[in-house]
Amino acid sequence: MPLRLLKYGLSRDYPVSGDIPATPELKPAYDVVIIGGGGHGLSCAHHLAKYHGIKSVAVLEKAYLAGGNTARNTTTIRSNYITPEGIAFYKEGVELFERLSHELDFNVMFSQRGQLTLAHSEATLRSFHMRAEMGKHMGTRTEVVDQKGVEELCPLLNMDYGGPLEILGGLWHADGGTARHDAVAWGYAAQASRRGVEIHQRTEVQDFEVVGDRVQAVKTNRGRVACGQVLIATGGMNYDVALKAGVELPIRCYPLQAMVTQPLKPWLHTLVSSVSLHTYLVQSSRGEVVIGGGSDPYQLYSTRSTLDMKEHLAEGAIHLFPFLQGVRLLRQWAGITDMTPDYSPIMGASPLANLWLDCGWGTWGFKATPVAGKRMAQTIAEGRVPDILKPFALERFETFRLLNEMGATAASH
Amino acid sequence: MKLLTCPMNGLRNIDEFQSFGPVRARPDPDATADTEWSRHLFRAENRKGIVTEWWRHVPSNYFFLAERDLVSNEIICTFDASELRDRA
Repeated sequence: MPLRLLKYGLSRDYPVSGDIPATPELKPAYDVVIIGGGGHGLSCAHHLAKYHGIKSVAVLEKAYLAGGNTARNTTTIRSNYITPEGIAFYKEGVELFERLSHELDFNVMFSQRGQLTLAHSEATLRSFHMRAEMGKHMGTRTEVVDQKGVEELCPLLNMDYGGPLEILGGLWHADGGTARHDAVAWGYAAQASRRGVEIHQRTEVQDFEVVGDRVQAVKTNRGRVACGQVLIATGGMNYDVALKAGVELPIRCYPLQAMVTQPLKPWLHTLVSSVSLHTYLVQSSRGEVVIGGGSDPYQLYSTRSTLDMKEHLAEGAIHLFPFLQGVRLLRQWAGITDMTPDYSPIMGASPLANLWLDCGWGTWGFKATPVAGKRMAQTIAEGRVPDILKPFALERFETFRLLNEMGATAASH
Repeated sequence: MKLLTCPMNGLRNIDEFQSFGPVRARPDPDATADTEWSRHLFRAENRKGIVTEWWRHVPSNYFFLAERDLVSNEIICTFDASELRDRA
């Protein structure tokens, strides 16, 4: 061993500490208990500690950090939705992603390469015009492009001229992009724990101690934890966890499957998505082509995969890019999506005074990781819901003020 | 390939069927408040456990019911809609 190395080993900075400390002992009480150690929960913890000075925070994760839907999504970041409420919210999300690596001092590999959604019918094209106009009105970069525009943006696409799936045009969203999902979660976890937030892995919330209209404590497999405020941010388990507190959410769970090919040279320079084919593709920075689609056709609490869905995704991908036919698949997986009736999330208050919801993230949660965490932290710190979140309240279902988000991927309507 | 036993067509590929979601009791339109209507419309059964749900065999357009485990995905039984009242 070169002796010169020894001086680094003897340095006061050695050994370099890990980004995320080992799970500490559970304290009997915290000001804020966040259930779910995925991107959303960790983002909320970071915002509470950094911007609201609330440091008595415990993030309780039943398995390992960010191993649920944070690890299983296909990392699309965009704001080309159709409702003004949705666009305003997701636009703030995209803006937070634009400076996230600096915010976290952690490279989240954000790549704002734009998203191209394809129209194979006049009807889809008409809905694109509406989305583009809404997008422009709300200050996002969203426009309709014609066939020539599509070819320029993505020259390798099979346009299927004269065929049944001829591409008639597209919705070009220059703000769209992708980022490394694990880095987003780790970055938030590292920043939060540096400021005193405790991250408890393998700590499952099994029950709630509700007295009157308040959650007094949560019961975990490692003991009872009293809490000032509680946030539910458990992705696919949101319905199940909320039910333990006596709150029945308008959510149904469906698996969502995805897969990646072997690494290829960079050839796909935008995110490409087809509404009719229920297929979308993005090439990761490792060169793998990530292929995702719509949710499974029936309800299930499972991350199992099916050959049917994989064949469907392969068919869509090969139709768009026929040269993919000889490419091998490397991995495939599924997550559990918590789908709401209107394809919008549920954020804000619950029927219990100190229980807050960050739920109903279905197939659209990853892109909202920074903004949901920021706004839920504000909600918890101030004890009231900010205007930008009000349209996403749970009460909207009782008052029949649904936020029908036709711009959601996998929206099967 | 997952199979489902259709009460009319026998054992078929589940691809031939379409799920129509959990059975919900129809509220009395004359005696139902808005909150209950909202529950009926938006809160379908989603508990971990066995659910009774509507399915359709698409080629024959035949609607029937199935009891299925929402965690293991095991189809416990299927039966004709006429049996629904007897079971309730």
